Amino acid sequence: MTNLIEFLPLLMRGLQITLLLAVCTLILGVLLGLVLAMAKLSKNPWISRPVFAVTNFLRGIPEFLILLIIFFGGTQVLGNILGPESSITVSPFGAGLTALTIVFGSYASETFRAAFQSVPKGQLEAAHACGFTRWQTFRYIQMPQIWRVAIPGLSNLWQGAVKDTALVSIVGLDDLMRSANQAAQTSREPFTFYLAAALMFLAITLVSMWLIGLLEKRANRGF
Amino acid sequence: MGKIIEILSQYGPDLLSGLFLTVQLVTLAAILGFLLAIPVALGRLSKNPLIFGLTSAYSMFFRGTPLLIQLFLVYYGLGQFEFIRDSILWPILREAYVCALITFVLNTAAYTGEVVRGGILAVPKGEIEAAKAHGMSSFTAYRYIILPRAFSICLPAYSNEVIILLKGTALASTITMMELMGVSQLAASRTFMPIQVFAIAGILYYLLTLTITRLFALLEARFTKYITHAR
Repeated sequence: MTNLIEFLPLLMRGLQITLLLAVCTLILGVLLGLVLAMAKLSKNPWISRPVFAVTNFLRGIPEFLILLIIFFGGTQVLGNILGPESSITVSPFGAGLTALTIVFGSYASETFRAAFQSVPKGQLEAAHACGFTRWQTFRYIQMPQIWRVAIPGLSNLWQGAVKDTALVSIVGLDDLMRSANQAAQTSREPFTFYLAAALMFLAITLVSMWLIGLLEKRANRGF
Repeated sequence: MGKIIEILSQYGPDLLSGLFLTVQLVTLAAILGFLLAIPVALGRLSKNPLIFGLTSAYSMFFRGTPLLIQLFLVYYGLGQFEFIRDSILWPILREAYVCALITFVLNTAAYTGEVVRGGILAVPKGEIEAAKAHGMSSFTAYRYIILPRAFSICLPAYSNEVIILLKGTALASTITMMELMGVSQLAASRTFMPIQVFAIAGILYYLLTLTITRLFALLEARFTKYITHAR
């Protein structure tokens, strides 16, 4: 117990980095998901087919593998460009953010695709007839309705992203998981600290479930 | 391309044995996890507050925390307790394979429990009433009517859980297991060609995902025969 209090600041610092990574992933992942969903709905098969193929592939391989490809592969590519003497490596945060965003975006593209398709075509035609530009149609007709449909799917992806941040500790990010590792090794009480970290993750999950509930209520007003 | 052939000729057998271990872990964890998921689902549907509370807490913990932490809790964490280190089970619990399997089973059973619970709730009420009207005991009704019906209902969702399980087994490499991911990491660091090695691993994982999807499509066709025949 005394150990737990001693290492609490370390765990809290880790928690901050975990949350920062998860929030950045959410923002970039939603943007990537929207772009990919629009590409999938494109009438041009040269755009939609490759996007389908790539996102299906990415959803079929382990997140951990994607992370390692970006982390070690990124270093390999930089080494090839800059020559073998360069000691530039990819930062764990950058690699983690890229990998988690790619994973989030691939899944979110399916969520958004279904959401886009849930908006009746007649509304888009009506918007067109009223002289809305494409951006205006997106902003005022599609967006308010898409959110409502997409929130449950996105909420699952957010929970997944929070849990996946733990993987980035393996390539050296000082997140909650790595703080727990350090505390576990120093104190020789691994169970205590992994359990403490697990409960912190659980707390994030519970708090975000509550926030998403509020968000859903707001998105569903009028229905 | 030449590099990929070089890697395959050098590490091909290792990659194959890693692939075999991954398949073995997924198969065992999927079967044991599904068997455990049934009592979990029944517990989550129980009216007894103690049983409901315990299974819900279990389900919440394993679904709400990262698999990596669960793996470390079992592999590194259990050794903290003297009574576990002194017990006769310790030589078994010290093995990475056993720890990985225990974690994957507990993890997938928590997720699958929710799937099975959904399946049980989706069994048409009339069928359950008919079973009762025929004088079936609660056990008989579950054994012959509700569970088989729930099984066919939740198969599509269950196939997703098995794919998630497959992707989760990649983490076994972090506790020294030489499954597909572990072998790939070793080959990547020895050959200094991580992109090529991981690309091979990615293709193998994707093939496994496709195989699981295909297997479940066959299972679904088999277990929903009564619906297709009726049409």
